[in-house]
Amino acid sequence: MIVIRNASVLRAHEIELCTVVIEGDTITSVGTEPVANGARVIEANGAWLGPGLVDLHVHLRDPGQTWKEDVGSGSRAAAAGGFTAMVAMPNTVPPVDGGSSAVAALERARAVDTIDIVVAGTLTEGRAGKAMAGFDAMYEAGVRVFSDDGNAVPEAGLLRRIMAYLRDLPGALVAEHAEDHSIAGEGHMHEGMVSARLGIAGLPGVAEDVIVARDIAIAAETGASLHIQHVSTARSVELIEDARTAGLSVTSEVTPHHLALDDSALEGLDPNLKMYPPLRSAEDRAALRSAVRDGVIDAIATDHAPHAPSEKAVPFEEAPRGVIGLETAAAAVASFAVGDDQRIFFDRTSVAPARIAGLERQGREVEAGSPANLVLFDPARRWVPGSFASKSQNSPFAGMELTGRVLATIYEGRISYEGGLA
Amino acid sequence: MSTRPRHGLVSLRGLSRDRLEGLLDRAQSYVGSQVSSDLAGATVTTAFFEPSTRTRLSFERAAHRLGAHVMDLSPDLSSTTKGESFKDTILTLSAIGTDLFVVRHWLADAADLAAEWSGRPVINAGVGRREHPTQTLIDAMTLRQEFGHLDGLRMAIVGDISNSRVARGHLEAFPTLGVKLTLVGPTPFLPNHNPWGVRVSTALDDELGDVDVVYLLRMQNERGAADAIPADQSYARRYGMNAERLSMLKPAAVVMHPGPMNRGVEIDDAVADGERSLILEQVANGVPLRMAVIAEALGGWG
Repeated sequence: MIVIRNASVLRAHEIELCTVVIEGDTITSVGTEPVANGARVIEANGAWLGPGLVDLHVHLRDPGQTWKEDVGSGSRAAAAGGFTAMVAMPNTVPPVDGGSSAVAALERARAVDTIDIVVAGTLTEGRAGKAMAGFDAMYEAGVRVFSDDGNAVPEAGLLRRIMAYLRDLPGALVAEHAEDHSIAGEGHMHEGMVSARLGIAGLPGVAEDVIVARDIAIAAETGASLHIQHVSTARSVELIEDARTAGLSVTSEVTPHHLALDDSALEGLDPNLKMYPPLRSAEDRAALRSAVRDGVIDAIATDHAPHAPSEKAVPFEEAPRGVIGLETAAAAVASFAVGDDQRIFFDRTSVAPARIAGLERQGREVEAGSPANLVLFDPARRWVPGSFASKSQNSPFAGMELTGRVLATIYEGRISYEGGLA
Repeated sequence: MSTRPRHGLVSLRGLSRDRLEGLLDRAQSYVGSQVSSDLAGATVTTAFFEPSTRTRLSFERAAHRLGAHVMDLSPDLSSTTKGESFKDTILTLSAIGTDLFVVRHWLADAADLAAEWSGRPVINAGVGRREHPTQTLIDAMTLRQEFGHLDGLRMAIVGDISNSRVARGHLEAFPTLGVKLTLVGPTPFLPNHNPWGVRVSTALDDELGDVDVVYLLRMQNERGAADAIPADQSYARRYGMNAERLSMLKPAAVVMHPGPMNRGVEIDDAVADGERSLILEQVANGVPLRMAVIAEALGGWG
């Protein structure tokens, strides 16, 4: 039995300081009950207790690139970040693009007992953008989220055939990395003031906008469910808002780093600030923050993309793309996007992503009978991220003071992280 | 040698007018000077990761004229050179014994990284599309010789600006020196953002009557410029500097080009070889200007 005292909990209409009792894998009471003998008691001192965070977008690098991360280290990093579920992107080596690779990935995922790892599959065979992936075998194995993350499906005609096929598989989600390669080319940072000044090949925002517009048009026609990954431009936000107003099944996510930072941070050409889509303009960032608060963007997702220190210790233009994010996501979101709004915080980091991924045991209200997948988060605690549980250290937030810290994480009734309690 | 703190020249951005003019003054003092022994015993290493005979030889000659020893490490450019081997190269040459690096590289942060990795002063001899500071200073020196001053001059930089590190160096230094810049070219060649806040024009003929300097750039087809505009002769028609356009200039206006030139494209023979051209003066100023930059970097003047 675990008892959490004086936790700030979202109830139906208000926030209350409660004592929450966990027995087995379930919350058994939320109220003011006296503490039973033999229980592990955690004093929350008013910190937020909410459903464990759900990350729709993680690169675990396993199999194939386990010097960067593996299922074990990625799971520890996720628990330290308050996550109780995460969607593993399929761009492993080899990719998850059919039944056998999906079954192997699911076996690795089920061997982990500290977090739900949801296995995503590719949209195209070999993630090569040429032919449809093995959807039926993956679907039968349990895969529901499909993405060629790293690339958009390059041909509109292929995407249309994919969407027409996947609309018939209940719960299947087409998740797109929205970037038109014929526009983005070999760019290295947002095409804006900094790229112009430094003469670095740019990644224009319109490369994202055209794919978002294309995908929404095809989703509208086919009826497929579309999820736009790591939205980064103000125009994308407008397109998504229009699609939702029209009643389409279109969801989206944004990363903590796109909410926290803009391309002005790139003057120093720090490879740990290089990712795709890139940090955009201050105007784009402002639009993303508004969209998260207003609910136009549903979910926070980290796009946790580990690279070894030696791989990032190279010239900016040669550095691999991607930054880690699991261990700083909650703090960055609280610091830069939602402030002290507990309801928006848990909706965007847990409730909405759990709904998008179709995870019934995640994102649930803190009430008797709910699965005990929980995070205890102190929104006022200041800290400076330094070293990480991830195998990689390529964080854009290292050395930056953040407000808000994960104190403990509970997965299926067991403590998976308590390093913030001290 | 003096105790002046050693610093290289990675970027012109933010440099004071005093420092820029000090370099130009020093360079002017080296014009026609005898070989000196100011830097006897110093070793200057040229590390050129892009083909460039002219700039490398100009730096070598400048170092020799100051009495410095020169090591050249310009790797086999026929094989792909990764940044990682660039780091190894810099560390190796530091260990062998180098007082100053002169770096040319296709990567924008190569000079910064060479300085960071080696702990030695670094002179940027052209990195990425970012800056080519000594070319900019050579051009400032040449213009000062021609006009006697820089303050108030108007310069149109014409051509493939978005690919040009020369233009970006000019954009960082010429405004500080009082020169008003206008960027001229077809939209695909203009930077799509303007952090410098300079004038931009797509109509060369409208600009020619107002400027003191027409600074021509070549199309950098190796950086994809040819794909940005139609593959016909329209560029030369719209932006090529020819005899007719020369006649539209103010009487004292001059034409410059950092080389290499594509004759018949951005510049006609009649212009390149004509009396308005300062192109050979630019080349001649390369050695004294680079002497000044090397001497400054190694504390060779007090």
